[in-house]
Amino acid sequence: MAWQSLLHRLPPVSVMIAGLILAIVVVLVIFAPMIAPMDPRDVSSYSLMDMEIPPAFMEGGDSRFLLGTDNQGRDLVSVILFGLRISILIGLGAVLFAAAVGVVLGLISGFFGGVVDSIVMRFADVLVSFPTILVALLISGIARAQLSADTVLLWAPVILIFAIAVNEWVQYARTVRASTMVEVARDYVRAAKVIGLPSGRIMMRHILPNVMSSVMVISTINLAGAILTEATLSFLGAGMPPTYPSLGTLIRIGNQFLFSGLWWIAVMPAAVLVILVLAVNVIGDYLRDRFNPKLMAR
Amino acid sequence: MKTYIKTLLAGLAVMVPLATPSLANTLRWSSAGDVISYDPNAQVDSFTQSVQHMVFDPLVRRNNDLVLEPALATSWEVIEPNRWRFKLRQGVKFHEGQPFNADDVVATIQRQIDPGARNRENLSAVVGVEKVDDYTVDLILRGPYPLLLNDLAAIYMMSKSWMEAHDALKPGNNTTGVTTYASNHANGTGAFKLMSYEPDSRSVFAVNENWWDKPQHNLTAVEFRPIASDATRVAALLSGELDMIAPVPLQDIDRISNTEGLKVMENPALREIFLVFSFRPELHTMPGKPNPLLELKVRQALWHAIDVNTIQKRLMRGKSRVSGMLVAPAVTGYDKSIDVPLPYDVDKAKSLLAEAGYPDGFKVQLACPNDRYIADEQICLAIASMWAKVGVQAELSTESKTTYFPRTDKGEFDVFMLGWASLPPMDGYSVLQALLATNDGEFGGSNTNGLSNAKIDELARSASVELDETKRVEMLKEAFRITHDQVLYLPLHQQPVAWAMSNKVDIPQFPDEYVRPWFAQMK
Amino acid sequence: MIRILSVRLLQALLVMLAVTAIAFIMFRFVGDPVAAMVREGATQAEKDALRATLGLDKPLVLQFIEFVGRVLRGDLGTSFRYQQPVASLLMSRLPATLELVIIATVMALAIGIPLGVLCALKPQAVLSRLTQSMTLVGISMPTFVTGLLLILIFAVNLRWLPSSGRGDLVDLGFWQSGFLTASGLKSLILPSITLALFQLTLIMRLVRSEMIDVLSSDYIRFAFARGLPRSYIYGRLALRNALMPVVTVTGLQIGQLIAFAIVTETVFQWPGMGLLFTNAVGYPDVPVLAAYLLFVGFLFVLINMIVDVLYTFIDPRLRTK
Repeated sequence: MAWQSLLHRLPPVSVMIAGLILAIVVVLVIFAPMIAPMDPRDVSSYSLMDMEIPPAFMEGGDSRFLLGTDNQGRDLVSVILFGLRISILIGLGAVLFAAAVGVVLGLISGFFGGVVDSIVMRFADVLVSFPTILVALLISGIARAQLSADTVLLWAPVILIFAIAVNEWVQYARTVRASTMVEVARDYVRAAKVIGLPSGRIMMRHILPNVMSSVMVISTINLAGAILTEATLSFLGAGMPPTYPSLGTLIRIGNQFLFSGLWWIAVMPAAVLVILVLAVNVIGDYLRDRFNPKLMAR
Repeated sequence: MKTYIKTLLAGLAVMVPLATPSLANTLRWSSAGDVISYDPNAQVDSFTQSVQHMVFDPLVRRNNDLVLEPALATSWEVIEPNRWRFKLRQGVKFHEGQPFNADDVVATIQRQIDPGARNRENLSAVVGVEKVDDYTVDLILRGPYPLLLNDLAAIYMMSKSWMEAHDALKPGNNTTGVTTYASNHANGTGAFKLMSYEPDSRSVFAVNENWWDKPQHNLTAVEFRPIASDATRVAALLSGELDMIAPVPLQDIDRISNTEGLKVMENPALREIFLVFSFRPELHTMPGKPNPLLELKVRQALWHAIDVNTIQKRLMRGKSRVSGMLVAPAVTGYDKSIDVPLPYDVDKAKSLLAEAGYPDGFKVQLACPNDRYIADEQICLAIASMWAKVGVQAELSTESKTTYFPRTDKGEFDVFMLGWASLPPMDGYSVLQALLATNDGEFGGSNTNGLSNAKIDELARSASVELDETKRVEMLKEAFRITHDQVLYLPLHQQPVAWAMSNKVDIPQFPDEYVRPWFAQMK
Repeated sequence: MIRILSVRLLQALLVMLAVTAIAFIMFRFVGDPVAAMVREGATQAEKDALRATLGLDKPLVLQFIEFVGRVLRGDLGTSFRYQQPVASLLMSRLPATLELVIIATVMALAIGIPLGVLCALKPQAVLSRLTQSMTLVGISMPTFVTGLLLILIFAVNLRWLPSSGRGDLVDLGFWQSGFLTASGLKSLILPSITLALFQLTLIMRLVRSEMIDVLSSDYIRFAFARGLPRSYIYGRLALRNALMPVVTVTGLQIGQLIAFAIVTETVFQWPGMGLLFTNAVGYPDVPVLAAYLLFVGFLFVLINMIVDVLYTFIDPRLRTK
């Protein structure tokens, strides 16, 4: 019986596979410069003579290029690895930024209540009335109109992180605020207040740990969303430039060749993107069921 | 289902079917951009002007060989150096029935040269217009001007009474936001009537049964749909929703040629693609230091460093023509002996850079549009890569034409990509006047990067008033020779014009990239 | 109750005012409108004259008040790109987007509800488990990838359905509809499937969790105990109760869906408000961006108000508060 209960406690196979995929992705992304056959950041390594070679397993393929090359003669394995890196970086950046802002505002708003609470929550109401993709497109459009071309180029990842995070923090703020209000009403917090402990310390020491599991779950689910949003923006041409392509940029470039028989330029990065997001979603789903079944399905 | 719709239609008087009836000879075609406005004076977009030409006729037009021929004017003579007299065609009617006469020409020309007209530069030589009688008109010029007929081929005649009735005598202007009834309606004398215009969606045209000219087409209607995405446009042709796409992306030519029922047409276009150098004292990338691009040797090195033949073979799929000057062979002023690019030579490039004092290269901005020219973004990435091999680091930025061109106008870039088709006049003077001459308010309107060459300025001024064609062409050629020898611009290639269409369609192709459905036959 | 409603109304007004302020800031500060509108090579005097005509030289507060006044009158300015009043431009694109959203919603409900019920009633059935895992794949596929796949399969390879545009339309005077022609309906299929997938997952999951909740409630147990027929319990008692929140959420989601149609419309060149918006982002056509923002904000506030009011009537507890 013991092994059965142990088996029961283990996550399902799908979650384990997803975890394995994510672990591999993390390793690949961290060691990309060492693993990738070429460095796409080095422009001088491109060679037009190598452009549009099909994947190695196809006729006309070249063993140097496992997944083939793109329209600039760049090795797809390498561009995808570095693209994955940028996609994950922006996804994580957006989630961390949103979580930081959301948790702080949620804590403050739940702890102090009153006017502060009203202002923050009304502001949140306004923001969530606009879908992330709309806000993100707007911000990146505005940035493009306001800044010079090289500034946009230099700051593209930061602009994207900000654009995506700008209305993702609301979910954190609402959840944290709700939990905080529950905790604030508890005796130990009241006691702490009575002793005169500083509010910041009460929040950090006593309330924050209680909301962390929700924050983790939301973050995992939002990570998938953030990666997708970034990909969509880049696909629409409002994201990462072709010199520093994310997976979405690669799909945008490949899309031009989709009907020309050069399907791999779009399909390879798209497949990687879907697998990555799927893996994150599977784990997010599992975490939600496990730790916080009350969180609403999106 | 069909009868049901008909009953419904009959029942509701307000209902107007927008769809063109699916008659056999409807030409359904698509391009990447839409018509910006149907007001001939509101914009300077050559694609928009090409579509407007379906609806409007000019006084003189280009025939099947792009040679100028009489259209709404039947004859003309130069009475004085600055006064041209035009005899107008009689018996011509506008689509809505108004007869065409001298009053319409006067109103149209006044609208064209109105200070509020966005494209008044297209007729900058004309300062006035006078009616002589109902079918005779005089144009008053600033001075002697050799290219008046070329310019007039792009001036579309509008109806005075129609403009009066709809309060559209003053021109619309796309940049100042002035719109009139003429912005989304059109009443011309042309081969086709505009039936409906839905921006970003479609324009529907019917045949003008009362056209003054004998139609050379057998169409019953034309439907134009703008589809921005290359892939979607190709998909629509492959799935049979369209009869023709212009342009077809080069990478899809093979696939489409091999698809049964479809064919591809390609020819060299007029448009030359080149890089523009900054001649300002400093580069944006190196503030406080002298601009290396001011050195001839540096500019030569940058040219030697670009493998134009590989770009032609791979990125342009062998469809472009490598070139060494800014005008195409079909344009007046072209000179074969100048049209030679500097050879691809990495060592030469490196030694030239070293001689100029930049043995380790330098940093420079390189800017390109990503939706204007064929493979623009790809070409720029390739150039950045080639320059990197001689030590020149290009900071590449690419963006949509809508934000790109305002920036080039403001001189925000060190090196940027530009295309020039010498349209509408199809004359090398267009390059000399707009790109090569110093920007002084009158000349050099598109020379935004500080280029200034005294000899060229002199040539530009003399050519602008030279009526002796041989002398004038010599002046153009001399200016182009200086441009080439001094590497004032870096020419890359001449673009192809490539269209894909159903085998049912038979339409001539022109280097000015205009789609001229009035020459189309459908089976 | 009147007090609650008026508080709600006040809040809605405040939200709209905030959105209007954002729209105004965009309008006024994103890309100098004068630079965007003046002709190339204009003199300073020309620019100043234009600035004055546009009223841009007045104090900011005054400009904002004027802006609010214009918005209230339905005057949202003139599009830089189309040279048409933005309000009429938006209205002319509204039918395309609404038809797409309506069909997508119907599709999502028609498929999502039965699947959700199935997953709740028979969680171990093969189809349920398949559905459950497919929804995860569904939300992991970016909309543009789904759209491109559908085009590749059904338009290019099979040539069954059109890849872009709305097909033939019938003008009803106030509304250009694609519902009345065969080609219009065919054109709707691929984009609406693409858009529906986004909502389908949500509806399915919601129906499933609501059904599970309802099925474990006391009165359903009583119904079983009384020996009422299963079909009656599931169909009449359980589903009806489970559907209430589903309908609410679907309603609330319509605003989101209209904005979410941005990507779908771009992929399929669907001439709705979303395509208008993406084109405006690239231009950038600030009046259109600002107006679209106002529109989505207004829609959201309106839908929320309706839901709030309905709830106040339905839920007696809210009435007495």
